[in-house]
Amino acid sequence: MATPIEQRGYAHPEALVSTDWVEQHLNDPKVRLIESNEDTLLYSSGHIPGAVHVDWTADLNDQIRRDYITREGFEKLMSKIGATKDTTVVFYGDKNNWWACYAFWVFQLFGHTNARVMDGGRVKWLKENRATSRDVPSYAKTDYKASDRNDTPHRAYRDDVMAHLKKQGQLVDVRSPEEYAGTRMHMPDYPNEGALRGGHIPGAKSVPWAKAINPDDGTFKTSDELTKLYCEDNKLSPKNETIAYCRIGERSSHTWFALKYLLGFENIRNYDGSWTEWGNMVGVPIEK
Amino acid sequence: MPEKLQQLLDAFQMFDPVDRTSMLLSYADQFKEVPPSVATRPFPESHHVPQCESDAYVWALKQPDSTLKLYFAVENPSGISARALAAILDKTLSGLPAREIATVSCDIVEQIFRQNISMGKGMGLMAMVNAVQALARNASQT
Repeated sequence: MATPIEQRGYAHPEALVSTDWVEQHLNDPKVRLIESNEDTLLYSSGHIPGAVHVDWTADLNDQIRRDYITREGFEKLMSKIGATKDTTVVFYGDKNNWWACYAFWVFQLFGHTNARVMDGGRVKWLKENRATSRDVPSYAKTDYKASDRNDTPHRAYRDDVMAHLKKQGQLVDVRSPEEYAGTRMHMPDYPNEGALRGGHIPGAKSVPWAKAINPDDGTFKTSDELTKLYCEDNKLSPKNETIAYCRIGERSSHTWFALKYLLGFENIRNYDGSWTEWGNMVGVPIEK
Repeated sequence: MPEKLQQLLDAFQMFDPVDRTSMLLSYADQFKEVPPSVATRPFPESHHVPQCESDAYVWALKQPDSTLKLYFAVENPSGISARALAAILDKTLSGLPAREIATVSCDIVEQIFRQNISMGKGMGLMAMVNAVQALARNASQT
């Protein structure tokens, strides 16, 4: 019998697991739960028992350059959390899994495809009054051998975006409508993180990332609802090469996940340089 | 800098990241919401802290001895950093004269949270301190 997630009609339903599934696998040594949040205190305040913390700034970003960790850094991280190539990593976190999807995306740059996202994230787990713990688990270190980071399938750089723009390729701007319009230079309630120009990349469709989510429990909308949102209302085709972007690539990781795994977009990349790069570059085209 | 707050900042400087996190959680656990005798929902917009995504509210009530008592509400259930800061501000500043509270600068946020602060959080938490400072400044002029 199909699970409730399978009944939603996604292209790759195996990329999502339910809170029930996670509860059933709390003691499964082949599963490693990873919590990734914006607020670094949240994990320490109580997390799913056995879950490890992966912090997007400290663990996933290069500490000097604006880039992600290297293969060596990823191997070190996986060793620290006791994961092997066969470990199923399950991400969850605050803000409707926004940071969880970002961590998931970075893991894909290293080819760890045995990865899932817990539908609904932290908020759903807590709303269902499931167990939490403040104990930080410790797992035996592994000897994880990663491939070199391969950005090409999942990550777009500015030159890729420029070439894509010339071909009039599909672009999705997942920021708020005000950021898209250039009337606001940053997210509501967030600081302006330094873009000199407002607006969007010409031709980009505006589909704010959180529209893919049911606000009550943070779960993803059904395939039909997502198809209406992205493909019908915004005329995006799953067959066409697509690039998603936001401000620094975090919100667009969430949309990247929804388009790639839930709607089956065949060639979707995340432009993590996003508006903090595009809005500062000299001479690039901008639309308002 | 008020003495109690300075002592707390000094203690935070000595902590390693693990101890700092524990201490922040301990303060978050001690957070007490504004009592109904002071304010009830829906809380007035005039007490809302702008730029704080944890949906924080702050009140500063003048006591008979002319000192101030601070009260807070944090509506976002995930607003753990905001609750920790609210408890710290209450425990170190309540009971002081308004003019003394008005000297507190939002720089304390960085000193308290260090690596526990994220891009978005920092501005919101600093806005909480600024809101307390503004209320104290107003109270000291009345």
